[in-house]
Amino acid sequence: MNPAARSQANRALALRLLGGVAAAFAFGFLLVPLYDVICEATGLNGKTRGAAVAMADTRVDTSRKVQVEFISTTMPGMPWEFSAGEPRVSVHPGEITTVHFRVRNMTASTITGQAIPSVSPGKAASHLQKLDCFCFKQQTLAPGEVRDMPVSFIVDARLPDDVSALTLSYSFFAVDAAPGDAGRS
Amino acid sequence: MSTGSIAAHGHDDHAHHGPTGLARWLFTTNHKDIGTMYLMFSMIMFLIGGSLILSVRAELFQPGIQIIQPELFNQLIGLHALVMIFAALMPAATGFANWMLPLQIGAPDMALPRLNNWGFWLLPPAGTILLMPLVLYLFGIGTGGADAGWTLYPPLSAQSGWGIDFAILALHLMGISSVMGSINVVVTILNMRAPGMTMMKLPMFAWGWLMTAFLLIATIPVLAGAITMLLTDRHFGTHFFDAAGGGDPILFQHLFWFFGHPEVYILLLPIWGFIPHILETFARKPMYGYKAQVWSLVCIAALSVIVWAHHFFTAGMPVQALIYFMYSTMSISVPLAVLFFCWIATIWRGSMTFETPMLFALGFIILFGIGGLTGLVLADVAADAQYHHSYFVVAHFHYTLFAGGIMGVMAGVYYWLPKMTGHMYSEKLGKAHFWLTVISFNLTFMPQFFVGLAGMPRRIPDYALQFTEFNVISTIGAFALGLSQLIFVYNVVTTWRGKGEKATDGVWEGSKGLEWQLSSPPPHHSWDPQPVIK
Repeated sequence: MNPAARSQANRALALRLLGGVAAAFAFGFLLVPLYDVICEATGLNGKTRGAAVAMADTRVDTSRKVQVEFISTTMPGMPWEFSAGEPRVSVHPGEITTVHFRVRNMTASTITGQAIPSVSPGKAASHLQKLDCFCFKQQTLAPGEVRDMPVSFIVDARLPDDVSALTLSYSFFAVDAAPGDAGRS
Repeated sequence: MSTGSIAAHGHDDHAHHGPTGLARWLFTTNHKDIGTMYLMFSMIMFLIGGSLILSVRAELFQPGIQIIQPELFNQLIGLHALVMIFAALMPAATGFANWMLPLQIGAPDMALPRLNNWGFWLLPPAGTILLMPLVLYLFGIGTGGADAGWTLYPPLSAQSGWGIDFAILALHLMGISSVMGSINVVVTILNMRAPGMTMMKLPMFAWGWLMTAFLLIATIPVLAGAITMLLTDRHFGTHFFDAAGGGDPILFQHLFWFFGHPEVYILLLPIWGFIPHILETFARKPMYGYKAQVWSLVCIAALSVIVWAHHFFTAGMPVQALIYFMYSTMSISVPLAVLFFCWIATIWRGSMTFETPMLFALGFIILFGIGGLTGLVLADVAADAQYHHSYFVVAHFHYTLFAGGIMGVMAGVYYWLPKMTGHMYSEKLGKAHFWLTVISFNLTFMPQFFVGLAGMPRRIPDYALQFTEFNVISTIGAFALGLSQLIFVYNVVTTWRGKGEKATDGVWEGSKGLEWQLSSPPPHHSWDPQPVIK
């Protein structure tokens, strides 16, 4: 091969490989929505659906009872007091249940927070249907304000038989500050 | 393999009228000069990375906090890993590729010489950017270097100081550098081979590097994406990894390890490429199972991109995913076992001699074997719950990356140093270096298997009293290991400066391959015109 033809061939191959690099970079970003889609479709990682669901199946399975336990956490940088009205309830699958959570803004300034739900075990996540939840929107509390917030949910009757207890956890994050700012001095 | 026109290269070495002094190194496009710079950079960073971890081992000599506060400890462990992986091992492999690939495949130079120069000169600034925050911190300035471990997991990395931003920038530069190096290697191997050298006549080193190059091209951009997301999460209000905004920190682990697992093979494939050359040379037998080895390298490269989640089994995953990642991970041991058996068959009943490169190659096979087998234990989902994040993991990956990586590189250095410099290194010092390295390496890391199994977590500056004895042994071993490397540095530097007898063209009695047909050191411009392979 003469030098000119070879350098032409080298350049062409290098450009094709550069295209491969660009494709791999794009693939990295494509993994972000892909990850969410997979988690949501399968209920992996305890991700529950973000919005209220319409009640499809209202049959109540009175033959079994399921324990639903609540965990309430505030993340670092979130000066709220956050607690569940009752630590656990016992429900029949299919039954509509409403529980309350209480938050109190302990500072002298107005703060907006967002609660992020998570359900474990992960395979139960898609069976916990929330009809109404304070986590569907951001909560803004005036200084010292106390708020009782309801969550209405159904554990649907198709919950696998081997699940007798599930945990619904809420973590309250402050939304005003960018996450990185919280721990930085 | 033979060549038709060895004598024809006699194209005058001294006709090279390039710049001299510093400008020669800054502007060089010669593959040998660039290879030398890569190897020198790698050695300097190896010493820096080693000093970082020796201060950590000094702290771990006794329980309690004696000399290093936890804030500094966190920086030292993460930077040690980043320096060793990105600034010592990867540049060493690229250095060998630059020096040896053109000589081995009969090419006059790398295919894209200017890109090559740029690829190297990104590295010194990247290393400086990575380490500068730590140095400033030692003088009381700033928040310190990256302190979230080399894996940079959020939310910790989203919250810590500027060191993370510097590390992200440094990783971008080093990533660009290695992608450029990889493109260059692929183009060189595919387009620049001597006439008659078919793909199935390629030296094994070229095959190993070709696989590494493809893996780098496929995975470094994913890492670049992940750390860019981390950067925008930190400063520009995005929420890729922030649960409050609907993101997920576990996503980072998937993105990181999608790069991070192939990275392990990126570091090792070039070494698996040249170890067979060393074995066939000193066993004075042809390489056993060339095709089996080639296809094993291809298989390993392909499998390495589909097993990443075994690095975080404990982060929570459905059982089906656990089982998939467990079996796919374990399946890599099949092609790897093929490689091991081919290496053993190559030396089987050979007339072996034990010069330093051969000692390092044999030490590599045994110790890397231990690293591989303990990896199988970690891949077991049920067992991993106990081993995860313990010193067992630390011991395991040092058996693969120090014994498999660094000792492999050292085998290569001793093997090719006479070719590169034209002088023989001191065999006596080389052997001393080997034995001290092997003994102190095992003294350092063997106790860590036990202490990890007993429950000592990694990345913690303090530990419970019952772990003291093992840590004392480990620290003594680590300092012996560190000091032994000074013998290596002395041996390489004096050889480079012309001490030692002149090396012959073949250097070793049993050497095979095109690079040994050139003079030692090879002329500045070699294989022009190219040899013809029959």
